Formats: sequence, structure tokens, C-alpha cells
Amino acid sequence: MSGGAVGLVFVSHSALIAEGLIALARQMAPDAALAAAGGTDEGGIGTSFELVSAGIAAVDSGAGVVVLCDLGSAILTAETALDFLDDDVRGRVRIVDAPLVEGGVAAAVAAQTGASLDEVVDAARSAAGGDPAQHGADEATRAGGSDDPTASHAAASVTLRNKDGLHARPAAEFVKLASTFAAKVVVNGKDAKSLLGIMSLGLVKGAVVELQADGPDAEDAIGALASLIESGFGEV
Amino acid sequence: MGLNGAWAIAWMRGSAAVVAEHRVELITLDRDIGDGDHGENLDRGFSAILPKLDEQPADATPADILKLAATTLISTVGGASGPLYGTALLKASIAVAGQEDLDADAVVALLTAARDGIVLRGKAEVGDKTMVDAWTPAVDAASAAAAAGESPARVLAAAADAAWGGAAATEPLVARKGRASYLGERAIGHRDPGAQSTSYLLQAAAAAAAGEGAA
Repeated sequence: MSGGAVGLVFVSHSALIAEGLIALARQMAPDAALAAAGGTDEGGIGTSFELVSAGIAAVDSGAGVVVLCDLGSAILTAETALDFLDDDVRGRVRIVDAPLVEGGVAAAVAAQTGASLDEVVDAARSAAGGDPAQHGADEATRAGGSDDPTASHAAASVTLRNKDGLHARPAAEFVKLASTFAAKVVVNGKDAKSLLGIMSLGLVKGAVVELQADGPDAEDAIGALASLIESGFGEV
Repeated sequence: MGLNGAWAIAWMRGSAAVVAEHRVELITLDRDIGDGDHGENLDRGFSAILPKLDEQPADATPADILKLAATTLISTVGGASGPLYGTALLKASIAVAGQEDLDADAVVALLTAARDGIVLRGKAEVGDKTMVDAWTPAVDAASAAAAAGESPARVLAAAADAAWGGAAATEPLVARKGRASYLGERAIGHRDPGAQSTSYLLQAAAAAAAGEGAA
């Protein structure tokens, strides 16, 4: 495990849900510190103060812990667990009100990229936004980005080659790469650093991806991201 | 009986007994408008307290007993009532810390802290069809009884009576917190199980003070 990464605890009434969410998140965040706190101590339906407390301790490297919960009493149990933490630990643990599955995956990808506690919290919260899904394939007939000659702006249009388009794993890879640049990168109007934003585009094979970047390393960002898309994410 | 550590132990034993006695009723109430686990969860939690009471030193204060019950409920109940009652008893314990014998004002402070703990944890208000609808009338009645110069035992009896009335008054309400809030108007006509269990727990407190607690 990379030292100093933000950890995640998934609190659910069901052990299967919490463990299933870890398996799902692992597809895109293989190295993130993830803990499942599902079910009661006896394996029944409910939430366990002990499991939540143990989960926080297990994934806390010092960089912070984000706790995501399903139904009401999971939040109550998590809040109670926080009350029993030492003050210095409690200061870096956040319970985030976000959809468990979407928020958990987005937060795990952010944690995987080495994001700060605030950034992981934002990633989880981004799942709660009512951002209507855009279907890029419908509007992707417009081709040809306008190249701006100034150093702070770059753009490109690239056609998706891989079979499943920007689905979960390639989208995560794309977001991870985009997050390594300082430039603000936009993909068909969506923030390239937001996994859920990218996935909501629903870009499939043959869709044209319009990349726009603004910032000091805009050229590098566009070059690298365009190359990644052209590579077919290892799926062609 | 003075409201000392032995009273607190009798209260917790009485709570375990009354919850076990009404387990099926609480399950049924919760099945009507919730997930059906309230009676079972509370029974498990209070049952887990019982063996620990036997290990308490003779000079244990009410605060010591309440804290023991709080941490046990938090770690064994498994549903929302664990953190809610656990926080209530923990805050109550802090409110009467160090006192060996509770007077009427201390009883009011205990009940007020418990209710405030539940509000803090669950963020529910009066009228949301939750246990707060039993606790708040109980606190108000206890305050009035203490102000009227009643004994600690009578203060608890007043609180228990008011909690029972508060629980009954949840029946016509639409729930705004907890699982029942998913049901909308279908929750009307059903008594909130948390308010009902609150009135049982306060009855146990009053019975223990009156010397009627389970031995």
C-alpha cells in the first residue's frame, strides 16, 4: 500500500454489499486502502460499531479516512464510532453523505490517484450531484477541435477505438492520467478529473472525444490523454 | 430507594426485563413501519448488559452504570437504536458524573442530557415520529415535577407517564426520520417503536426508583 494515501471505509447493513463494493472499486483502484464494515458482529443485517471502528483503524495511514454509509443507522453508528476516536484521529476522518456505490467508486479512484482528503471527499460528493448524463455519442458528430496557438490552451479530437468505449476501467485510467496534470481538462464539456462525469458521457466505440485543456501543461495533458485514447486502453 | 448505583443497576435489569417482555410487540410495531428488528436488537443489547452488572463494584455510581450500559448498547445492538440509546445514556452519565445519590434536579439533568444526546445523534425534532416524541414530553414533565418539589422517584414516574402519552401521540403522525419516513402517509395509524421502547425504559427507571424493579 502506498504510504500516506487516504483510506475508505464502506459501512453497510449488509456484509455482502460492503464486500461487493470493495470488489467493484478494486477494479479501478487496485491499491487503495479499502475496508468493509458490513453487517453486525454476528454477520446479520445491521451495522457494527466494532467493525466501523476497526475499519477506520485499518485504513488510517495518517492521510485521512473517508467513511461512506448506506441507510440511516449506518450513519448513526459511524458517527458514534467517530465520537470514540482520539481527537487527532477524529480530525482526519470524514463521514460523507453520498450514494454508497457511486460515491464509493469515485472516492476509491481518487484515493488511488493519491488525492488529498478534501479531494477524495469531493470525489465522493460528486456522485450526489444531479448532473444529467450527456450522451456523447449523440453529439459526437462534430469533429475537429480548434487548436489555440497560445501555450495555455490546447485541444484535440480523438475517436474512441476500444470495444467498450470509456466504460469503467478505461474511464478510471483516463481520470487517473488527467489528474496528473495541473491543467484544467474538459472532455465533451465534462471535467476530465471526475470519474463519474466521464462515465456519465456514455462514450462508446466510434464516439469522438473532444479534449480541451487550459493551464501551464495543457499541451502535455492533451498529448498524453489523446495518446491514451488512441492506444485503445489495451483493449484493441 | 435512593437513586444510587443500586438504583441504576435495578433500572438496567428492569429495562432488560421489560424489553424482553415486549420484544414481540416492538418487533411487530417496527415491522409495520420499519425493518422489524427493534425488539430483537434491544433485547440483544440489554441482555448483553446483564452479566456485566454482576461485575460492578459496590461503590459504582449511577454514572458508572449508565456508561457501562451505553458502551454495551453501542457495540451490541446493531440498529439505529444502539447509537441512539447508547449516546443518550453516555450523555446522561456525563450529566450526573460523580454523584452517588441523585436528587430531583439531577434526574431532570440526566433525562435532559439523554434526550439531547438522541437529538444530537438522530437530528430528529418533536413531531418527526421518533423516540424524541416520547423523550421530550418526559423531560418537560420531569422538569415540572421537580419544580413542584416532587421526590426523585415521583419525577421519574411523571417522566414515564408523559413518555407513554408521547408514544401514543406518534400514531397519527407521518414520519420524517428513520425507515418509516420512506412510507409517507402509510405510517399514519402506527405507533413509533422507538417512542414505545422509550416509554418502557422510563417505566423501568420509575419502577426501580419505587422499589419495584426486577431484583
